[in-house]
Amino acid sequence: MEILSQILQVGFFAALLRIATPLIFGTIGELYAERAGVLNLGIEGIMMFSAMAGFSGAYFTHSLWFGVLVAVLAGMLGGLLMAVLCVSLGLSQHVSGIGTTLLFSGLSFFLYRLIFGQPSTIPVIEPFRTVNIPWLAKIPIIGPVLFDQYALVYLAFLIVPVTSWILYHTPWGLNLRTVGENPQAANSAGVSVAATRYQALLIAGMFMGLGGAFLSMAQYNAFTFGVISGRGWISIALVVFGQWSPYKSMAGALLFAFIDALQLRLQASNMIHIPYQVFLMMPFVLTILAMALVSRNARAPAALLRPFRKEER
Amino acid sequence: MRRTQTKKSCGHWVAAWLVSVGLFLAGGLTGSLIQPAMAAGNIKIAAVFETPIEEPWVNQIHVALLKAKKELGVEYTWSESVKAADFARVMREYAEKGYQLIMGDSFGTEKIARRVARDYPKTAFVFGSGIGPAEPNFGVFDNWIQEPTYLSGMIAGKMTKSNKIGVVAAMAIPEINRLSNAFCAGAKEVNKAVKCQFSFIGSFFDPPKAKEAAIAQIESGVDVIYAERFGVIEAAKEKNILAISNMSDQSSLAPDTVITGPVWDMWPTVKYVVGLVKAGVYTAQDFGGFSYMGKGGSYLAPLHKWDSKLPAAVKAMVAKRKQEILDGTFRVDISESAPQ
Repeated sequence: MEILSQILQVGFFAALLRIATPLIFGTIGELYAERAGVLNLGIEGIMMFSAMAGFSGAYFTHSLWFGVLVAVLAGMLGGLLMAVLCVSLGLSQHVSGIGTTLLFSGLSFFLYRLIFGQPSTIPVIEPFRTVNIPWLAKIPIIGPVLFDQYALVYLAFLIVPVTSWILYHTPWGLNLRTVGENPQAANSAGVSVAATRYQALLIAGMFMGLGGAFLSMAQYNAFTFGVISGRGWISIALVVFGQWSPYKSMAGALLFAFIDALQLRLQASNMIHIPYQVFLMMPFVLTILAMALVSRNARAPAALLRPFRKEER
Repeated sequence: MRRTQTKKSCGHWVAAWLVSVGLFLAGGLTGSLIQPAMAAGNIKIAAVFETPIEEPWVNQIHVALLKAKKELGVEYTWSESVKAADFARVMREYAEKGYQLIMGDSFGTEKIARRVARDYPKTAFVFGSGIGPAEPNFGVFDNWIQEPTYLSGMIAGKMTKSNKIGVVAAMAIPEINRLSNAFCAGAKEVNKAVKCQFSFIGSFFDPPKAKEAAIAQIESGVDVIYAERFGVIEAAKEKNILAISNMSDQSSLAPDTVITGPVWDMWPTVKYVVGLVKAGVYTAQDFGGFSYMGKGGSYLAPLHKWDSKLPAAVKAMVAKRKQEILDGTFRVDISESAPQ
């Protein structure tokens, strides 16, 4: 009990939201791609590439928001490559995705080296500061947690309801879901499967780009090789956890972040003496457990992984 | 139908190309691509690194080798981000090309590096390693920088007001444990009431996670933190507490936050090894001793802004202990068990 009261403070919940943010961007991005029937395994490389591109953009222009724009464009470039490979050429989505991740992570370091050379100290930027929303930030407990965060954190939590609304309440969302479930039917109804999938992958790239930008420009102030560290892969798992629904995926990201923030505080408290590896495992183990219990009836979009060719049945 | 097939095979070619270009770029050719053409010189040194040269550990080796190029007139080239699958091939390429000395870090590729070295007995291999050298040609070194880390711990012990100091480290492996333990031992020597807290992030490089781990410690009351990993200093700066850097002089990241920290200098090691190879008397040895303070292989980073801010009594205390270490009259205990 003493431990809990020490841990469950304002700082804990603020950390939870920060840890969840890149995962939410990645997860929502991946969700668009998968709902249209394309598994985007390029996510890890695309996030890395965007983190690099966004950081470089901000470094040279001294404008963080310009950096974010560059990151978004870089992410969309990754989405475009995936679209060319899996939609136009109809290739295996697994191979294209792994290829995209390898290409874009290799490219990130290669371009970083070309742009920055070999500096003796890592180049850094002045990162995003938290945006304190007047009045609301003064509310005890909830205020500092919810209303004193980075702008990109607010954005992450905003895109979840927006995505849900787009998917379930707009004609385009219906087209997207149909393309992911039954592309033949969508095609006969006059919906261009290829165009819809291109659009979905570009939007997916955009959000992955925001995730990368958050890590190199808000959560940290430099581009380094460990800056993504598997957060893209975690996002893919969280989409499954969330049964391809925006709100449930967000819940997955929050659960993962909750346990991660908790284990960091348990480690720091020095009160429970178990090997630290157990703490580090906690977010993964508990998320998998929750997934096994909650997502048993989850069903992937029916056309996921299946390239669509008009002339084939 | 026919058209589809052509499209398909063309696509497979594109995918194969994509994967190989990705592997090529990821596979450590960046260093050699933008290297200027090598000048004719005496001995040729190559380095093979598992990570990009930004990795702090690798960077200290790289910097010392660049200095060797400048001051000893050796030829030097390197490959970075060489993953385990490519490590043997890249090592062999350099050995076949006639490089006399091949250096690198081999913690993740220990067995591979040792196996390759056996095939080229005339080439000197000197790798960062937690275990011993192997005849006839595999020498080892390591970051034996526990002495300046101990001195940093003494400063931390004096500067903490909450009597809680923290270490955010990668994982509990011997190289890292001996630094964490030395830091804490130094603090405890000067302040019996001090409590050390240890957090691990489970990977060697994940600055956003290290930053979160540091914030968690700071919120639990830690007010001086040893930044064994990147990301910690940023948290200390944001939360307005004090930090001790690691591996290189990192004061420029946050001059008001970073007091000082242990610095690893590979120059004495490199200089000595190059001398042996040049003279043709190289043998497999443990060069670890060249990273000790006495040899100049490690030291406490300059105080910069803190030169005027650190209390005179603390400065004098550290200077005295430093002299005792250099004189050989004080020995920092090496403890490689997981810190508690």
